Amino acid sequence: MSGVPLVGIVPVLAVDPVPWARAQMAFTLAFHIILVPLGVSWAFMALIANYRGLKRNDADALRLAQRWSKYMAVTFAVGAVTGTVLTFEFGLLWPRFMGQWGEAFGVPFAFEGIFFFTEAIFISIYLFGWRRLKPWTHFWTGVPVVLAGILGATSVVAANAWMNAPSGFTLNSAAEVVDVDPIKVIFNDAMPLMAAHMVVAAYVVGGFLVASVYAFAMLRGRRDHYHRLGFIIAFSVGAVAIPIQMGVGDSLARWVYNNQPVKFAAIELVPQTSSDVPETLLGHLNSNGTVSGGIPIPGLASWLSDPATGKNTVVQGLDTVPADEQPTTGEVNIVHLCWDIMVGLGTLMFLLALWYWLCWIFRRNMPKSKVFLGLASAAGITAVLALEAGWVVSEVGRQPWIVYNLMKVEDAATANTGVWVTFILVTLLYIGLGTTTILILRKMASRFRQQGVDDEDVPYGPRGPAPSDVGEAEEPVTV
Amino acid sequence: MSTAIAVVLFLAVTAYAVFGGADFGAGFWDLVAGGAERGERPRDVIDHSIGPVWEANHVWLIFIFVVLWTGFPEAYASITLTLYVPLSLAAFGIVLRGSSFAFRKTVFKVRDRRNFGAAFAISSVIVPYCLATVAGAIASGRVPAGGQAGDPWTSWINPLSILAGVLAVTVVAYLAAVYLVWDSRRLHDPAMVSYFRRRAIGAAVAAGVVAFIGIFVLRAQARYVFDGMTARALPLVILSALCGTASLVLLVRDARRGPRLLAIGAVASIVIGWGVAQWDYMLPTSLTVADAAAPTGTLQTLLAATILFVLVVVPGFVLLYTLDQKSLLPGEGVD
Repeated sequence: MSGVPLVGIVPVLAVDPVPWARAQMAFTLAFHIILVPLGVSWAFMALIANYRGLKRNDADALRLAQRWSKYMAVTFAVGAVTGTVLTFEFGLLWPRFMGQWGEAFGVPFAFEGIFFFTEAIFISIYLFGWRRLKPWTHFWTGVPVVLAGILGATSVVAANAWMNAPSGFTLNSAAEVVDVDPIKVIFNDAMPLMAAHMVVAAYVVGGFLVASVYAFAMLRGRRDHYHRLGFIIAFSVGAVAIPIQMGVGDSLARWVYNNQPVKFAAIELVPQTSSDVPETLLGHLNSNGTVSGGIPIPGLASWLSDPATGKNTVVQGLDTVPADEQPTTGEVNIVHLCWDIMVGLGTLMFLLALWYWLCWIFRRNMPKSKVFLGLASAAGITAVLALEAGWVVSEVGRQPWIVYNLMKVEDAATANTGVWVTFILVTLLYIGLGTTTILILRKMASRFRQQGVDDEDVPYGPRGPAPSDVGEAEEPVTV
Repeated sequence: MSTAIAVVLFLAVTAYAVFGGADFGAGFWDLVAGGAERGERPRDVIDHSIGPVWEANHVWLIFIFVVLWTGFPEAYASITLTLYVPLSLAAFGIVLRGSSFAFRKTVFKVRDRRNFGAAFAISSVIVPYCLATVAGAIASGRVPAGGQAGDPWTSWINPLSILAGVLAVTVVAYLAAVYLVWDSRRLHDPAMVSYFRRRAIGAAVAAGVVAFIGIFVLRAQARYVFDGMTARALPLVILSALCGTASLVLLVRDARRGPRLLAIGAVASIVIGWGVAQWDYMLPTSLTVADAAAPTGTLQTLLAATILFVLVVVPGFVLLYTLDQKSLLPGEGVD
């Protein structure tokens, strides 16, 4: 093996960068995608609490909004820096992709930048404005955060959707992009459903994740107004979003059936083109092209693909494209397993939401049984797993393409043979970052608990001198 | 059209240097503020000063990347292909810096605060250093165009890059100290006013000395940019020197209003001067702005995004800074 001198001290082994670049991109995205839902939907939940607090003069609701915004300060910072890493990685790991396609792929990011600016500006005003801004003025400074979060996520997904359905450009004979139609880039075929699926996922995950904390607290006996409110606001957001998500997901699957047949074949584990394709639960593809294991439900995959033609619907198999344009057997199995996980967990969350709404309809109250609260405590993790699984389906299912049918991942990667080093460093850094974030959030929660209910921390409360702040007491400001 | 987008790009770089730079500089002063007790007051002022604004200021970097890869994809690909080491280091530094700054505010034990504070402060020095070595590598023509990678080490470990790195650290320290004088005044803390005023003077002198040495290094290493600096960009270089000197004089005389604007002027004019000096190259002297530019449709979109930026984001920034300056954003939450 040839070595490249690392400042002349440590020899760096030259290793094929492609698998390491894929691993690093996958790992850093998998990390960042957990923070996205919190960035997008937590501000919305905080505003619900804030609104209730102001409208009904509910001190608990205000305290909730205020504490949520403090947690958000941490998760938003971690989300911002891990998002920045991704902007570095586009170039550091995929310079040839960016060099060739940046002028088209980059277009949605131009708008994402604006939304991210807006989000960062207003989240700062909202977080830091509790003490000195007028209550309703302060409430309204939170609204742009919610809107910018939705639009920002939409822009990023638009770029990802473009990789699945590239459009809006003209190539010359040397395969260079010579003309770009930005509207067609942004509003590519895959964009509306993929963006909707991600934004709704943000509300599913954010809602269930935040609710799970309060469900756990209620299980342990903290069933006061404050915890109940925290649970109801967050869980309701998740429980409204999940049925919508099932509808959006169903439409998106049909879009994939029509537009990315190979990805669809991987999802449904279909080696050869046929009709009357069963929906195989679990199971796996063998390297010789047969499927074993699992529970087949006869005809269901065909029926779901197009209910109009029912089980006669033909589903295209993996073998309709040359082997080097299919995902590998291992990738197919990952896609299929993740699909089962996403759909399975999504269905469970839907049933839990159904339980919740039925209780509200028939008993005018939330379900309080230990079983329900136990399941609700687990729903946070479940939602995150479903999110990750869905993202794997989308990304691994596109393999071997980075730009669908136009550029392969292996042709997009950097030539830097030291990527394995940055992969290891990034992994260690992010493990530390993730652990610290969780510890910090827990620490904040236990501190809030010890503080208990004291009037000092009621937002918009005593308007006099601000406590414990350098010099500020000397200049009382009225807004 | 490509000229307009290149101007937008350089204005964004300038904004990042002036706003983001000061946040990094604040981290530098945090680093050298001494032990937990001695450094408590300056660190308090630093927390207050950058707390509400650092995240928004940080977005400039993302904006720069986006404009670069969308508007000039070949330039972005070439820069990342050659300079992956300092860019990776900068990315690590950014993660450490942002997260530890956010974490530090939530912990109260001296040991925890010290650890997070150290991570924040050290990375605040590493990031501007690394990013400036990238600028030095570009200016000295060590980043080849056309899908080839330059040398991964000497491209950024060379006299000009090192000088650029040191200059960046001293300049952001100077900017930050000047802002912190202002913020200490706002917080009615005369002891901190003179604390940061002394440091601002020291950093201004240091930045001046490094910049002076830089003239010779630039002449030896980046002839094209040097020639530009001494010809079409000369007025900007002179303006920068005048602003720097004037702000130093005003700092010594303890003037209230002048130093901040003059410091901004000194830094902004030299960054813009760099852009003017290396015109019309994106990567001197292998890739021109026009050759690197994306198709017209993309450039028009970037221009539209810039207009949207002026309409939406600029008022937001004005609001944020105004509220901050009026001390209406005292801290997170209420307790």
